[in-house]
Formats: sequence, C-alpha cells, structure tokens
Amino acid sequence: MHKLIVAAAAALTVLGGAASAQESIKIGYIDPLSGGGASVGEGGLKTFQYLADELNAKGGILGHKVEIVPLDNKTNPQESLVQAQKAVDAGVRYITQGNGSSVGAALEDFVTKNNSRNPGKEVLYFNYAAVDPSMTNEKCSYWHFRWDANSDIKMEALTNYMKGQPTIKKVYLINMDYSFGQSVRTAARKMLGEKRPDIQVVGDELHPMLKVTDFSPYIAKIKASGADTVVTGNWGQDFALLLKAAADAGLKVNWYTYYAGGAGGPTAIKQTGLENQVFQISEGVPNSGNKAAMDFEKDFRAKTGISVWYPRAVNEMRMFKAAAEKANSIDPVKVAAALEGMKFEVFDGGEGFIRKDDHQFFQPIYISSFGSLADKAKEPFDEENTGWGWHIVSKIDTAQTMLPTTCNMKRP
Amino acid sequence: MAELIVISTLNGVLFGMLLFLLSSGLTVIFSMMGVLNFAHASFYMLGAFFGYQLTRWIGFWPALVLAPLLVGAVGMAVERYGLRNTHKHGHVAELLLTFGLAFAIEEIVSMIWGKSPVDYRVPAALDFPAFTVFSTNYPAYKIFMLVVSVVIFIALLVTLKRTRVGLIVQAALTHPSMVGHLGHNVGRVFMLVFGVGSALAGLAGVIAGPSLVTQSDMAAFLGPILFVVIVFGGLGSLPGAFIASLLIGLIQTFAVALNGSLASVFGPLDPSLGASPLTDIWNVTIAQIAPILPYLLLVLVLIFRPMGLLGTRES
Repeated sequence: MHKLIVAAAAALTVLGGAASAQESIKIGYIDPLSGGGASVGEGGLKTFQYLADELNAKGGILGHKVEIVPLDNKTNPQESLVQAQKAVDAGVRYITQGNGSSVGAALEDFVTKNNSRNPGKEVLYFNYAAVDPSMTNEKCSYWHFRWDANSDIKMEALTNYMKGQPTIKKVYLINMDYSFGQSVRTAARKMLGEKRPDIQVVGDELHPMLKVTDFSPYIAKIKASGADTVVTGNWGQDFALLLKAAADAGLKVNWYTYYAGGAGGPTAIKQTGLENQVFQISEGVPNSGNKAAMDFEKDFRAKTGISVWYPRAVNEMRMFKAAAEKANSIDPVKVAAALEGMKFEVFDGGEGFIRKDDHQFFQPIYISSFGSLADKAKEPFDEENTGWGWHIVSKIDTAQTMLPTTCNMKRP
Repeated sequence: MAELIVISTLNGVLFGMLLFLLSSGLTVIFSMMGVLNFAHASFYMLGAFFGYQLTRWIGFWPALVLAPLLVGAVGMAVERYGLRNTHKHGHVAELLLTFGLAFAIEEIVSMIWGKSPVDYRVPAALDFPAFTVFSTNYPAYKIFMLVVSVVIFIALLVTLKRTRVGLIVQAALTHPSMVGHLGHNVGRVFMLVFGVGSALAGLAGVIAGPSLVTQSDMAAFLGPILFVVIVFGGLGSLPGAFIASLLIGLIQTFAVALNGSLASVFGPLDPSLGASPLTDIWNVTIAQIAPILPYLLLVLVLIFRPMGLLGTRES
C-alpha cells in the first residue's frame, strides 16, 4: 500500500513536470456569448477554436499548445474588464476581442494600465474587429494590435466606390449609438460631402445598440425620406433585424454596409430579393478565387457549419505564431516587438503589414455584392443555404488603404 | 409626412397590442390576487421557447394551443407550491419569491436552449404581406398578432365583468373568508387565476417569439416596460392596461419618427463653447431618447397621478 502511494506520487510528479514543460498558451476570448451580440460572439469563438486546433495539429506555437478561454462579456465594457482581470489572474497573457469598440477601448486602456503596473506580467490585446479609429489614433497603445481595417479606412474605400455610382442621389445613414456608429456617420458625411457633393444625406439615425427588436419604425422613416441608398455600420442582430424589417415592409434600396454577411444577414437579403443591391466591405470573401483560402473555407464549413466570416482572425493567429517564432519566445513583450512592422502574406492573398506607428494592420480589402452564383465551379460558396453568395466588385490594394495616424506611441 | 404618420400609427398600434397581450396576464394576476409578479416576463419567455420547441415537433398551430397551457401549468405549480406558502408572510415575501424565480427561469432557459437566439420562424401559412399602404407591406403575421390581442381583451373583460366566474374571482380577493363560507375553494380560485395569467404571458410569448427575437434575455428586455404599462394604466385595471399599451406603443413609434432636438428648435449652440456634455444634450434627437420615454412617463405618472389612468386605488 505504502509503495503504491509512493509510486503514484512519483508518477504524478513526472506527469506534472511534463505538463509544465509544455505549458499551453491561453488566449482569453472576451466577447458576447449571451444577449444581443451572442450570434456573432459564438461565430467568433468557433473560428478561434478552429484556428487553435489548426495550430495545435501542427505542433502548436514553439511546442506550446494553444488554448482558447471563452469569457462572456455580454457586449458590456464593465463586464469585459471583470472578465479580463479574471483571465489575467488565471495566467492568461493574451486576450482577443472584436465585438464593440466600446469594449475595445476599455480593454485597450486595461492592458495599458495592467502592463505599467505589473512589469514582467504583460498582457497583449489582439483586436480582430473593433474598428473605432480612435483606438489606433488618439487612444493608441503599444500593447494593442488591430487586424481589421479601421472604420475610416473602410468608409474611404466604400465612398470611393460610391463616387462612381451615378444612381445614388439620396443617402440615409443608420447606425448603432456608440463610438463606432458615431464614427461611421461622421466619416460618411465628411467623405460623401467631399467626393460627391451632389448626394443629399436625407437621414442620419442613431439607434440604441443591440436593444431594438423591431426596426419597422426606422424602416418607415427611411421609406418616408425617399432615400435610394442606406449606409450602415450595423452588425450582428442589429443588422439582421434591420434587414428583416426592411424585407417585411418591402423596402427596396441599395445598402452599403460593413457587416451584411453576419449571422441572419444573408437570409434577410435573399428574402427581400435585393440581388446585387447589398454591398459589404471586408478583407476577404469566401469566393475570393485564392486556392488556399478556398480549401480552408471548405474544411472550415464542414467542421463548424458556418462560413469564414473573420479572415482577419486567421491572419491574427497565423501572425501570432510567426511573431513568436521570430522572437523565439512566447513572452508577450518579445512577441509585441516582433509584430511591429511585420509583413505577412494574408489569408486571401496579397501582402499586409503592421504599421509600427499605430499597430494597425494594413491589407487588401474588397467590396463585394450579394447575389445568385452563376458559375458554381468558380464561386462554390453560398451563405446560409440561400443559394446566393458574395462576388467581388472592387479590390482596394494595401497601398490605397493607408490613412495617416495621429498616434503618439508610448513605447516601454 | 402623411405617409409617415399613417405608417407610424400602424406600427405603434401593432407594438401596443403586443404590449397589451403581455401585460393583460400581469394585470389579471395583480387585480385578482394583489400579487405583483416579477416573473411575468419570464413566463412570456417560457412561452416563446415552449412555442419554438413544440413548433419543431408538432407544428405551429398545435404549439399555439399547447405551449400556453404548459406555461399555465407551470404558473399553477408556482402558485400552489410557492406563492401560497409565502402569502401569509405578506406582499414583500411574494415579491421576492417572484423576483428570484425570474432569475432562476432565465438561467434554466439558457441552460437548455443556449444563450444565442433560436431559429423560431413565422409559420408559412402567415408568411405573406397582408396589405400594402404607401408601398409599405404589412406582414399577415402582425395582423394575426393584432387580432389575437383584441380577442383576448374582449374575452377577459367579458369573463371578469359579466360572468359568475368573474364575480367569484373578484369576491375572493376582497372577501376571501366569505367566499370560502359560500362553498368555494378560495385556494383553487387563486391557483387558477395565476395559471390563466401565466398562460396569457405564455400565449404572448408563442406569438411574439417569431416576430421579435427568441433568446434567453428576452424577459429582462421586456419586463421593465410591462410595469410601465400597468402602472400607467392603473394597477389592476384591464381597460387601463389596454389604453396604456396603445399609448406607449404609439409614443415609442412616433418618437423614433421625430428628428427634433433642442438644437433644431433653438438653433445650434455657439461653437465657441466647444464640445461639452451640454452640446451632447443639445444635439440629442427625440428619436435617440425614444427608448427611455416610457420610463420618464412612469416617473411622471407616479408623481402626478399615482393611481394611473383608470386605476381605483393608490397601491
């Protein structure tokens, strides 16, 4: 009996030693897993878990397994800080978040403060979708890296495309009432005014974020304004329900959007019959024609049941691995230094890089429209079983996406 | 402009009738039993999820009947094994019980059905535009919601005011021992009333589920506005709740349609003042504050007319 205990204790020590030699890299995924943002938050979680599996299947990062720790923030900045602190206390050194710039700004502030107070226990914040421009301008932080084009870059590209569409006469802006929605409306007004002064902005709406369950009053207003085009940065439930209400009411306008492809969006577009009238700006589409990306898409869909909605998350995780290998360390300080200025072949092809001045990733971006797929061999992927999919209508090269920054980076 | 007014009125009435469907059960329970049921919106959510599940198994129409009955049964169980025991400790104990119940139901629902929205769709038989006004379509399903609400309102009013059942139920509230002496089982009367109230909430859930979003936070979302409706209408008054629902529906819809702000009435602030919280307040539009208007109304009603529109007592 005594021997058995000794043997067991010895075995445990050995096992414990083996485990700590290959300690896993925990990435705290802080996004909504309940409430109005849950549909996008769960899609993101599936994506990151898939990407972690992909890395682990190839031996992880420098021999360390990658583990995604899901933390529900209910799209609430306060709750996010609680979750971030919880994660840090549990030994998480990397956090990633995307949904809601209000949350993003809070987390950016959190990592900055945390890292100045706890030297040796730095935390990096990988942002895959919070696009408020201020996060890489006046509020920029050395510990924050953003893989998504910021809202101004997207609006610049969208308005460049709209400039060449003579049918656009009256534009209606509808956005969520928080920092991101406000930056969309401001940028849209300013850029449309410069590029197409003849376009009339007939409405400029801000509605409560992720709280509206019936958009029919807003649709009535858009209709009454006589708009032929709607520009919106709405995402998640706020986009799907907006378009559902438009479908119910039979509103036929062109939509220029940031996130039409999110859960529920494609179904609503098909229902309205708005073929090739809904445009989206993103860093990639399933039918991009890039072979590696399309193979990835096929496998991803088979395993998760959703489409690749975050090519930027793929870039994020792959660049994380590349940076760790370049630094030959998984220490956040060294990884951050390696990421600065790093060049990378992006998911859908073409070169992107992280600008050292503000830690914004620049990459080719695409404007695509949603409609029926003529050539199944070239465009095999539809969305939400609608039979419709995204076609690229315009590509913007990395060099054309580079807007100046006001960031005054404080380096450690 | 005429277009916006007509369409906003229609939208307001549709939303108001949904509110009424929800608040009718709450009003019935309050006026008959004096219990302010905090878990009412949770019964509504249960109705939506039962409706969703049963629709998958047996179709929408059977679910429309069965789901409210199930919710009613849950309600009766809550009354029989929960509220009846706490009743003797007074209203605060009852209130706390329903308060706790609301959280418990939310957690249970998210454990079973998850936290993200479920795919609960409008039945195919009602998925077409009923009519078109100013080239805006009105889905048949919304008209169906409207009809159900009106039918429930009339049925409830007739039952309570014109039948023997209503008489006994009303008497049981004010003179329980007298009603008991006359040979009626007061406990059972209360249990049935609570069951009917919960079933009404369940019905609202089954019907509203496909039109709004069915997910585990839907109760927390609509709960507060229900209290506005019943306080505004007068606690315990069914016609009051009806009028209040319509008014709140219309106020919210019209507020969204209006673009007025202090700046548009009095002109923009002097730019030399710079950006400050004052400029934010100055430029905020009525559309942006639409969601808080009902609560503002609640505060005003409580200050100036505590018994509500058609209420008879002050509690």
